[in-house]
Amino acid sequence: MAYDLKLRIWRGDASGGELVDYSVPVDEGEVVLDAVHHVQAMASGDLAVRWNCKAGKCGSCSAEVNGRPRLMCLARLSTFPPGEPITITPLRTFPVIRDLVTDVSFNYVKAAQVPAFTPSKDQPQAPFRMQQVDVERSQEFRKCIECFLCQNTCHVIRDHEDNKEAFAGPRSFIRYAELEMHPNDGLDRRRLVQEERGLGMCNITKCCTEVCPESIKITDNAIIPMKERVVDVKYDPVRFLSRRGRTKPG
Amino acid sequence: MADYEKHAYDVVVIGAGGSGLRAAIAAHEAGARTAVICKSLLGKAHTVMAEGGIAAAMGNLYPDDNWQVHFRDTMRGGKLLNHWRMAELHAKEAPERVWELEQWGALFDRTPDGLISQRDFGGHRYARLAHVGDRTGLEMIRTLQQRTVSLGIDVYMECTVTDLLKDGDRVAGVFAYWRESGRFIVFETPTVILATGGIGKSWKVTSNSWEYTGDGHALALRAGATLVNMEFVQFHPTGMVWPPSVRGLLVTESVRGDGGVLRNSQGRRFMYDYIPDFFKAETSDSEAEGDRWYTDKVNNRRPAELLPRDEVARAINNEIKEGRGSPHGGVFLDIASRRSPEYIKKRLPSMYHQFMELAEVDITKEPMEIGPTCHYVMGGVEVDPDSAASIVTGLYAAGEVAGGMHGSNRLGGNSLSDLLVFGRRAGMHAAEFASGLSSARPQIAAADVEAAAAAALEPFEREGGENAYSIHQSLQQVMQDLVGIIRREPEMQEALATINDLRAKTAHLSVEGHRQYNPGWHLALDLRNMLLVSESVARAALERKESRGGHTRDDYPMTDNDYWGKRNVIVEADRDDHVRVRQQPLPVPPPELAALLEEQH
Ligand SMILES: Cc1cc2nc3c(=O)[nH]c(=O)nc-3n(C[C@H](O)[C@H](O)[C@H](O)COP(=O)(O)OP(=O)(O)OC[C@H]3O[C@@H](n4cnc5c(N)ncnc54)[C@H](O)[C@@H]3O)c2cc1C
Ligand code: SF4
Ligand code: SF4
Ligand code: FES
Repeated sequence: MAYDLKLRIWRGDASGGELVDYSVPVDEGEVVLDAVHHVQAMASGDLAVRWNCKAGKCGSCSAEVNGRPRLMCLARLSTFPPGEPITITPLRTFPVIRDLVTDVSFNYVKAAQVPAFTPSKDQPQAPFRMQQVDVERSQEFRKCIECFLCQNTCHVIRDHEDNKEAFAGPRSFIRYAELEMHPNDGLDRRRLVQEERGLGMCNITKCCTEVCPESIKITDNAIIPMKERVVDVKYDPVRFLSRRGRTKPG
Repeated sequence: MADYEKHAYDVVVIGAGGSGLRAAIAAHEAGARTAVICKSLLGKAHTVMAEGGIAAAMGNLYPDDNWQVHFRDTMRGGKLLNHWRMAELHAKEAPERVWELEQWGALFDRTPDGLISQRDFGGHRYARLAHVGDRTGLEMIRTLQQRTVSLGIDVYMECTVTDLLKDGDRVAGVFAYWRESGRFIVFETPTVILATGGIGKSWKVTSNSWEYTGDGHALALRAGATLVNMEFVQFHPTGMVWPPSVRGLLVTESVRGDGGVLRNSQGRRFMYDYIPDFFKAETSDSEAEGDRWYTDKVNNRRPAELLPRDEVARAINNEIKEGRGSPHGGVFLDIASRRSPEYIKKRLPSMYHQFMELAEVDITKEPMEIGPTCHYVMGGVEVDPDSAASIVTGLYAAGEVAGGMHGSNRLGGNSLSDLLVFGRRAGMHAAEFASGLSSARPQIAAADVEAAAAAALEPFEREGGENAYSIHQSLQQVMQDLVGIIRREPEMQEALATINDLRAKTAHLSVEGHRQYNPGWHLALDLRNMLLVSESVARAALERKESRGGHTRDDYPMTDNDYWGKRNVIVEADRDDHVRVRQQPLPVPPPELAALLEEQH
C-alpha cells in the first residue's frame, strides 16, 4: 500500500521563508503528521514541528493544511485528493519561530488574565455537591485541548494584528463561559469579559466553531449565552444583585 | 566561555505533568521561590493523555471502600514488591488530593447524589476511579495548570534540561537549553524535583510520546542517585494495532471497566482460560458471574478481563502466538455487542472519536483490534516514601520517574493519584529543606557549566555521522524484540551488545542545521538518555531470575517468593554511564499492614 507522497512545507523563520517540495514514502492509514515525520527522518532532520500525543488529545500539532487550520495528527492522507501535493504552512495568526512552529504565547498571556475559579459562599470547601446536568455545560468547554486553532482562525485577530491587545479570543471566551456556568463558582466575570477582554468585538461568524477539533460549540453554547448574560448585568442591576446569592441561572 | 542566562530559585521542578505541577504548587505554597521547566508547552505533558481516571478510595459508590482495601489492591497488583509505605501513604491521601482538584475548579462526572462518580478498573475491588468521561488526564492537567498560573509560579516551557549540576555531593543547579533558540540557561538551586515521567520511547510499539526518553532517570543516575524496579515495564494489554501509523496508541482500560470483553479469532472470551491461582479467590469463574458483577459487586467477583494488566497482556500475547489472533496481529476487544451505542458514546467519547477518525472503525458497531503496547515504567528513582528524597542531597523525584510505589505492576488509575500524593510531598519537603539552609548554599562550578555546554553542542562538531533518527529506530527495534513482554537471557545479552554498538554510533552522530528549534539535535541529546535507561532495564531484567508482574522470563517462568519476593534490584551508574546492578532487601511492612494483605474475601 506504500506510495510516494508529495508535500510542500513552509520552511523559514521570523525573517522569511518559502515552500519547499518533498517526496516521501507513506503507508496505509497514515496522517499528515506521519508524513512530516518521514521528512524529518529521511530528508531534513531539522524540520521544526510540534507534536506530543499523535492522537488528537494534546493540541500541539496545529498547522494549516492546504490552507485549512487543523491538527496534523488527525488529518488522514486518504482524505486528500490522490496525486496532488499537500501544502503545510504554520498558523498564520501567530509569529513564526521556525518552520511549522509558531509563537503561541499570546494565548498563555490571555489565560493568565482570567480570574481563577473561586468557590461560592454556599459551598466553600470540597467535596462539593453538584448534579451531572449542572456540570455538563462547563464540561463541554473543559474538553478544550488548547490547540489554538480557533484563536488562529478568528478574523478579529487573524486580519487585524492590533486587535490582539484588546481581544482575548474564542478559547478565552469559553473559559469565561465555563467559569460563569460552573455550578459552584462565586465570582462574576461578565463585565470583565465584555469590557476588557473584547467579547463585544466578536460578531458571531462561527468560524471558530468550524475548526474546533473537539467539536465544542464555541459560538452557540459559550459566546452567545455570554453575550446574553452580559446584557443582564448591564441593564438589570436589581436582578443581578439578587441572583448572585442563589445558584446560577442556566 | 559559554553564553547563558542565569536564574536563582529555592526549588526547581523538572516536568510539568501532574506530579511536577502538584510539586510546584506545594513548594510555592510553602513559601519557596519555585520554577517549573518542561520540554513541551504548558499543558501538553503526558498527563494530558491519561484517560480512565484517578484511583482514590472515596467510597462515593461503595461505602465499604476505604484506604485499607485500596492499599491491599495496590500491593497485590504489584505482586507485593511495592514499597509498603508508599502504598500506604498513597491509599490514605489520594481522596484528599482529588477533592483538592475539585476545590481548584475540576469538574468530575457525578453520582446521582451529586458526588464525584467512580468507575471500575482492573485490580480494584470497588469502583474507585474519579473520572471525566475518558479524558481525566486533560481535566487534571488543566486544573493544575490553571492553579499554577493563577499562583504566578514561573514556568519555563520548551526548555530541556540536559544536566544536573552539583557542589560536592549536593545538588547545586540545573543546565538546560531553550528549544526555540538553542540558547543555554542555568538555574542555581539547592533542590531539584524530577517529575519527568517515563521511558517508553525506547520501544517501537508504545503509547508514549517523544518526551518519554527517560531523561529524569538518566539525570538521576548520573547525579549519583539509585533506581529501583527498573526491570518492571508495563505493557498495557490494549493498544491499537491497525492501521500501522497508530500502532501502540492506547485504548483505555475503561472499555473493559465499562463492560468490554476480549475475544480471540474463535470468538472465545479467552481470559477465563488464564486466571492465575494468586487471583482465583477474587475473580469470577464464569462469564455469567463476571457479567453480574457490573451491577452487583457484593455477590459476584470481577470478570477475568479485569485482572491486573500484566496478566491480561501475557494472555493476549499467548493467544496471538498460538495463532488465535485477529487479522492484524491482535485480538478483539468487543463492547459493541455488550453495551448500547448511547452508553458507549457517553462513557467513552474519545475512544469512539479515536477509532472513527484514525481507523475508520465504529466501536458501537464493531469490535476493536488491540494488542499489548509499552505503556508505563514501574521502575524509577529510589526515594524516601515520606519526603520523596533520593539519596543525593537536594534531589527529589515524584510521579512516573520515581520507583517503588507500584512494585512489579501498576494498577490502572494509581498513577494519577500517585502524581498528586507524591508530587505534593516532594514539593513540601524540598521547600522545607531549602528554607532550612543557612547562607551556605551550594555553588555551581563554572567548569561544570562549560562541560555541560560543550557536551550539548558536540553533535554539531561533526559531519557525515549517522543521523539520530536511524539510531533511535534501531534502539526501538532492539528493545521491542529482545527486552519486551517475554524475556530470555541470551536475547537480553544480545540487546546489551547492540546498545553498546548504538552508543558508539551515538558518539559519532552528526546533526544538520543550526541551534534554533532543531528536532534532530534534540533527539541526538535525548538518545544518550534512552541508551542509559535501556541498558538499566536490560541489566535489571537479567539480574532478576524469576517472573513477576511486568517482568516475564521464559527461562525462569515461576514467581520465586522465597528469594526474589524479598529483594529489589538496584541500578547505579557513574558519570560516564557505566551501569551496575546490585540486590537489596525489600522493606517489610509492619504486622498490622501485612495482615491486610493476607485477608481474602
Ligand atoms: C495514553 C495514556 C493513558 C493513561 N491513562 C491513565 C489513567 O487513566 N490513569 C492513570 O492513573 N494513569 C494513566 N496513564 C499513566 C499516567 O498518565 C502517567 O504515568 C502520568 O501522567 C505521568 O505523569 P508525570 O507527572 O510523572 O509526568 P508527565 O505528565 O509525563 O510529565 C513529564 C514532564 O516532564 C518534562 N520533561 C521530561 N524530560 C525533561 C527534560 N529533560 N527537561 C525538561 N522537562 C522534561 C516533560 O516535558 C513533561 O512536562 C496513562 C498514560 C498514557 C500514556
Ligand atoms: S464567532 Fe466570534 S470569536 Fe468566533 S471566529 Fe467569529 S468573531 Fe471570532
Ligand atoms: S476551543 Fe477548540 S479550537 Fe479552540 S483551542 Fe480549544 S480545542 Fe482548540
Ligand atoms: S499531536 Fe497531540 S493533538 Fe496532534
